[in-house]
Amino acid sequence: MTEPLPKPKRKNPLARTNQPLLPPSSRSRKAHGFTRAAAHGRFMLQRCDECGQYTYPTRDACPNCLSSNLPFRDAPASGTLLSETQIGVTSDPYYRERMPWRAGLVKLDCGPTVVAHLHGDCGGPGSLLTLSLQLDRAGQAVFFGKPLSETPHMEDDRQLRELTADPKHRRILLTDGRSSLAPPLVQALKKAGAAKIFVGIADRWKPFDGRAALEIIEGVELVDLDLTSERSVQDLAKDIGAKVDILINTADHVRQVHLFDAGAAASARDTLDHTLMGLMRLAQAFGPVVRSRGADGVNSAAAWVNVLSVHALSSVPQFGIHSASQAACLSLSQWLRHELRQGGVRLMNAFAGPLDAEWFQTVPPPKLAPKTLADAIVDGLKRGLEDLYVGDVAKDLEARLLDNPKAVEREAGQ
Amino acid sequence: MTVAASEAYGRGRFARARRGYDGVVLAVPVTVPYQRYSIEAAPWWMGKALRALSEGAGISHREFDGFSVASFTMGPDVAIGLTQHFGLSPRHIDHVPMGGAAGIVSIRRAARAVQAGDADIVACVAADTNRVDSFRHLLAGFSRFSQDAVYPYGAGGANGSFALIARHYMDTYGARREDFGKLCVAQRDNALKNPNALMKKPLTLDQYMSARPIAEPLHLFDCVMPCAGAEAFLVMREETAQELGLPFVRLLSAIERHNAFSEDPVQVRGGWVVDRDELYGMAGVEPSDLDFVQTYDDYPVISMMQFEDLGFCGKGEGANFVRSNTFTIDGTIPHNTSGGQLSVGQAGAAGGHLGITEAMRQLLGTAGGTQVKDAELGIVSGFGMINYDRGLASAAAILARP
Repeated sequence: MTEPLPKPKRKNPLARTNQPLLPPSSRSRKAHGFTRAAAHGRFMLQRCDECGQYTYPTRDACPNCLSSNLPFRDAPASGTLLSETQIGVTSDPYYRERMPWRAGLVKLDCGPTVVAHLHGDCGGPGSLLTLSLQLDRAGQAVFFGKPLSETPHMEDDRQLRELTADPKHRRILLTDGRSSLAPPLVQALKKAGAAKIFVGIADRWKPFDGRAALEIIEGVELVDLDLTSERSVQDLAKDIGAKVDILINTADHVRQVHLFDAGAAASARDTLDHTLMGLMRLAQAFGPVVRSRGADGVNSAAAWVNVLSVHALSSVPQFGIHSASQAACLSLSQWLRHELRQGGVRLMNAFAGPLDAEWFQTVPPPKLAPKTLADAIVDGLKRGLEDLYVGDVAKDLEARLLDNPKAVEREAGQ
Repeated sequence: MTVAASEAYGRGRFARARRGYDGVVLAVPVTVPYQRYSIEAAPWWMGKALRALSEGAGISHREFDGFSVASFTMGPDVAIGLTQHFGLSPRHIDHVPMGGAAGIVSIRRAARAVQAGDADIVACVAADTNRVDSFRHLLAGFSRFSQDAVYPYGAGGANGSFALIARHYMDTYGARREDFGKLCVAQRDNALKNPNALMKKPLTLDQYMSARPIAEPLHLFDCVMPCAGAEAFLVMREETAQELGLPFVRLLSAIERHNAFSEDPVQVRGGWVVDRDELYGMAGVEPSDLDFVQTYDDYPVISMMQFEDLGFCGKGEGANFVRSNTFTIDGTIPHNTSGGQLSVGQAGAAGGHLGITEAMRQLLGTAGGTQVKDAELGIVSGFGMINYDRGLASAAAILARP
């Protein structure tokens, strides 16, 4: 039975902040097949294309038939615990702080035997388990075994919490309260147990729909935040930077301009100022403190979320400038991910199709309900994912890009 | 695959009777006394061992025309580079990176080389240093499978992996911690008679049982202490030993088998099972003829498995075998008479050579305080390389007083 995670006490301002350490992160190149699976929340194993046998650990040749054709394939995630241990002593500094550590040997129903982290609610040897691939604090994929069915407060297990960015007891900053995403996201985060939600608003004197609804929610605090102003971003970081455990950048700037329009360059600059430069300003102001708090107790800094258009991955002409800005944001996001990983803080990109909101008025359905996106983001945090493709359009584009990116390019805008 | 399942292990369908090791002998057992930590590099320890071999044989090290080396910490050097380091000019050279099986594997290779005349005197040397933080690096980068699929899970190293094997063995066959403890306590008794043992204090079963957990079910005294040190010996033809006037022991038989029983979900046996009939057949002896047993004791559960797999008792009977025997030097089964790695220390790859040099001393009658009375025939076993979830290499040899 998992003990419910207690609400963290107020931090002693005189106490030293624990420095983040990372679990062992060396992997072979082949093993990054698991990184991809874990980043997307899938369970995959190498499976020989010739003889069909699943294999583990990752190999370059099938031990059954020596084929080198060993792609990662979705695999059944069930198995039986064969043996387990509580590791009490290690020379690794990350694990040393987290002893004892429960790990076990799991025989997967599809064949291979894997060493896995074990949830505290797993029974002993002989128990049936479900496995998942998770990203650890170093951003590397690991197997995690948990009981077949849900147990109370399952998400509070201390080994599992290392592998997720669960909002429970954490303090969140949403960067754009005017976004149609803000109200449902605040609701979803509250439901997930977030302790506090700061909602950034530029030009607070300008009224907007939904403000009243946001203001009355307990634990929500509206704060001044204008991503186009370095000063504004820096001021907010000075004020609340050390209290932001999860930062969700919901800022967007959508304008439909033709590439050959006279004002296109100015519009592009404006869009980039809100999006790319806005993210850059956020990264500079909040990045260092977020990264330094990766091991700061129950409400350590856990994640940074960038909500991006799926057209970051391939341009759509009707929204060419938007696509370009999102592609630039994606690139910056990868850079930021690299920096945050050193503090054990994960960066999740939520790739969305067009939202069912005013700036995508001209786009035909299917469009993405803001609530769907909000729920997906919170779910992604709870599962510790790295890349989310939310909604039919985003999923469709992801699949088509994997299949043939040139077809996506030619068909765009048709 | 066209190989029939029945031929997957043991003798393949092309096999023919193995030649014996007639005329192959081992001489000059060398132990460079261990240190918990060393500021020196592995070649420093190898150099000490080579010098002791040379002094023991009464010839220059330049007359060693075979050189076989085992070490985890000799990188970036390889065996060939070390020839220049030590001024050797061998015509048989071997690097045996097989951990605890390296000693017996080097004997097998050296034996064939001297039998065939490819070499006359092979110096088999195992040495490792142990710097303050080097063991952590060794664990972190031990193998690709370990790096990808074991070390990230709590970084328990070999302790974590053998804990999984031990727990499963206990669950399956009813072995208890007390049974493992009995082996450890007996070895400590033996070690107190060995001046080279790093462990100098007696160990009681109570102390064993109440020791702090390392990786359940393993506790402190189930684990070896990593240290720096070297072990070495010479392999040659009998006539060479006689010419040099060196006392020697005979190699009666030796086996090795790697990655056996890969279909066992958790390791409960090693490759010895595949070839043990040949081991005893070639030597013309039975387990009951042996005067002592030197198992590879990285963990007592592995020693227990070796009692089973080397034919002292059936599979799953290891615990009962331990309960009904005694393992001190004067016991019913004198076992790991030097104190073994558990009480002498584990000098990296030299851990598998420790049993060999001790067996040689027993048969040469030079074991001093650890001498088993009238020891004429002994077995030594090696095990090593927990690449992923199990030890892959297993080997054993039977040695005899001439």
